[in-house]
Amino acid sequence: MNFDFTEEQTMIKDSVSRFVRDEYDFDTRTKIVASEEGISREFWSMFAELGWLSVPFAEEYGGFGGSVEDIAAVMEEMGKGIVVEPYASTVVVFGGLLAASDNESLKAEVIPSIIDGSCMGSFASTEAQSRYEIADVATTATACDGGYKINGEKTVVANGGTANKFIVTARTNGEQFDREGVSLFMVDADAPGVEVKSYKMMDGQSAATVTFKDVVVSEDKLLNAAGEAMNLIDQVMPQILMGLSAEALGIMATLNTATVEYTKVRQQFDTPISSFQVLQHRMVDTFMACEQTKSMLYRGLCQAGEDNRHELLKTVHALKATVSRFGKLVGEEAIQIHGGIGMTDELNIGHYVKRLMMINVSFGDGDFHQKKFNQLAYSA
Amino acid sequence: MDIKFSAEDLAFRDEVRDFFASEYKEVAGIESSDYKAAIISWQKKLHAKGWVAPGWPTEYGGTDWTVTQKFIYETERGLAGIPDVVPFGLKMVAPVIYTFGNEEQKARFLPRILSSEDWWCQGYSEPGAGSDLAALSTTADYAGDNYIVNGRKIWTTFAQYADWIFCLVRTSKGMRKQQGISFLLIDMKTPGITVKPIVSIDGKHSLNEVLFEDVLVPTENLIGEQDKGWTYAKALLAHERTGMAEVADSTRMLDALKQRASVEVNGGKSMIDDPVFQMRLSDIEMELMALEYTELRVFASMAAGGMPGPESSLLKIKGTEITQAIQELQLQLAAYYGGALPGDVDAQQLGHDYAFEARGKYMYGRAATIYGGSNEVQRNVIAKAVLGL
Repeated sequence: MNFDFTEEQTMIKDSVSRFVRDEYDFDTRTKIVASEEGISREFWSMFAELGWLSVPFAEEYGGFGGSVEDIAAVMEEMGKGIVVEPYASTVVVFGGLLAASDNESLKAEVIPSIIDGSCMGSFASTEAQSRYEIADVATTATACDGGYKINGEKTVVANGGTANKFIVTARTNGEQFDREGVSLFMVDADAPGVEVKSYKMMDGQSAATVTFKDVVVSEDKLLNAAGEAMNLIDQVMPQILMGLSAEALGIMATLNTATVEYTKVRQQFDTPISSFQVLQHRMVDTFMACEQTKSMLYRGLCQAGEDNRHELLKTVHALKATVSRFGKLVGEEAIQIHGGIGMTDELNIGHYVKRLMMINVSFGDGDFHQKKFNQLAYSA
Repeated sequence: MDIKFSAEDLAFRDEVRDFFASEYKEVAGIESSDYKAAIISWQKKLHAKGWVAPGWPTEYGGTDWTVTQKFIYETERGLAGIPDVVPFGLKMVAPVIYTFGNEEQKARFLPRILSSEDWWCQGYSEPGAGSDLAALSTTADYAGDNYIVNGRKIWTTFAQYADWIFCLVRTSKGMRKQQGISFLLIDMKTPGITVKPIVSIDGKHSLNEVLFEDVLVPTENLIGEQDKGWTYAKALLAHERTGMAEVADSTRMLDALKQRASVEVNGGKSMIDDPVFQMRLSDIEMELMALEYTELRVFASMAAGGMPGPESSLLKIKGTEITQAIQELQLQLAAYYGGALPGDVDAQQLGHDYAFEARGKYMYGRAATIYGGSNEVQRNVIAKAVLGL
């Protein structure tokens, strides 16, 4: 039994932690968010130099050869600084899907450009009607001379505005809701027929509506066999959910610490409000919520190294539902206990809460995942 | 990060499973007149095997198990549905005796606790001293070879069976209330002791009031130094709480609940397929899955040489809340049938054989968040020791 990160993992965790502490203070982040592009290219290059962009990739592509544990270690620290650079969407999601692809030439071409920082990527799957069902795909890819022709519109594509490449879900056969018949294509953001309209999200990150009009892609841009996208997505999803949950854990811990510290200095009725038992007990509840979330994440990380897919899936659905429930508790209590100052845009608290809210709705909210859990646990 | 056990640990787990499977016979419920004899008989079997006191140092008859093995043992016990040993002697007073008692006391009491010859009960709470235990007012006046004890203890579980009671009593006044308290061992047969039953809201009798009127207790029954009893009692509280997560017991109860929900129907449809019931079930199951790992994390840190700290309060709070949530959902499942009292109707006739149990467990289960330091007191502990408030 062992719940410690390895020495290597601890090193990378510490290096992200130091960056957040020394170079990514809240003012710096605010300036980055307000800038034209909304991210810092300078920091992104630094991430590349420090090797953070190489974490999940195999050594043969120049990667670090890390596991989901390494991703979680990095993401937790990123959460503590609510880092807006598109690490999750480029490295964990886009990179994760690519790493699981069996298209070796595509991997050899793209992975090194992720690692060296020159390629930012995004997973373009959500459509106006699809909500959390990734298999609900109306975008089509029809066979044509030279490969496939993609038509359709993807909405709220995370960091779509800064991405050089998209991994796009498009239907090559079947009906709108069929799991069969969805395919994954690598598409350049500047390919003819691709139109990207970027907008700000409440968590300081950006998203885009990406339109595909007769976009021609060759067959060798398929990530895996045509029509079998869902298999690959299912395979990578636990890693994505655990990565985002680790980020949420970092945010929750930061909110709890900030709230506890604030109550020790805020005086009302001639005494620090930390002396009030009603507040103490609520802060104990948010502390326990954070510990339970951490335990659920660790459960997932342990099971990721085992050979029981059913149990791992139960755990990651439960984890995402837990992050939703306890994230909401921690976020709302942080604002409430801070009082009026917690309502201000100037204070960092609200910004941490808004990132938690966006994590909650990324790849399925709490209810969505709890229903998935119920199917696995109670439907024989 | 992994929860793999070593080959030795897995072999140990098999040994525990085999022993439980071959030796354990179901022990009658605490309401039964057979309970005392049945639980003693089981404890004697454990003693013969050398397993009745895993937490004790080996020199007094404990096991040389590692922290991991102790954890495995507890988990297997819970999963098998085997009741824990009665804690008052083996888990509460014995650690005080072997840690703070003198050689005569160790020789006199420990072997009889191990062999279940003596049944112990706990004399801590008083009518005016519940969560604020240090406010206790039962007095022990020093009079040469004896203390003269006067006062009332309450919520004393199984005092009706007990040969001995360990008490916190006030030996000095006029200082901080935590000072001036002493730890006394008292023979229940001593003249002046009266035990009065208290029937609890489940309709059963396990609780009692114990009255002391000019009870003479030999000074040799004092543990450690006079007026230092609070320190001795407190030193062992964290140990008591780590055992309160009861993850394995809750896991077994939840499995039984799911099984029952697959049999129970409403409108001809199985309750386990009801989407709302499923949400209530998974609300609990997910918290329990997390708690299992919280407990493992605490055990891993203990195995690495750490001590159970304030996080044991977290285990107590979450563990009891989850147990209660299961009991609550089980009673909900028992529906209207769960209201029937045994006596004139039997469980088979009701058609829902767990209905009596569901009601009893729910009602008595309310105690779990009150005893062992109420959950509000545990929150105070975390607020102070972990959050620094």
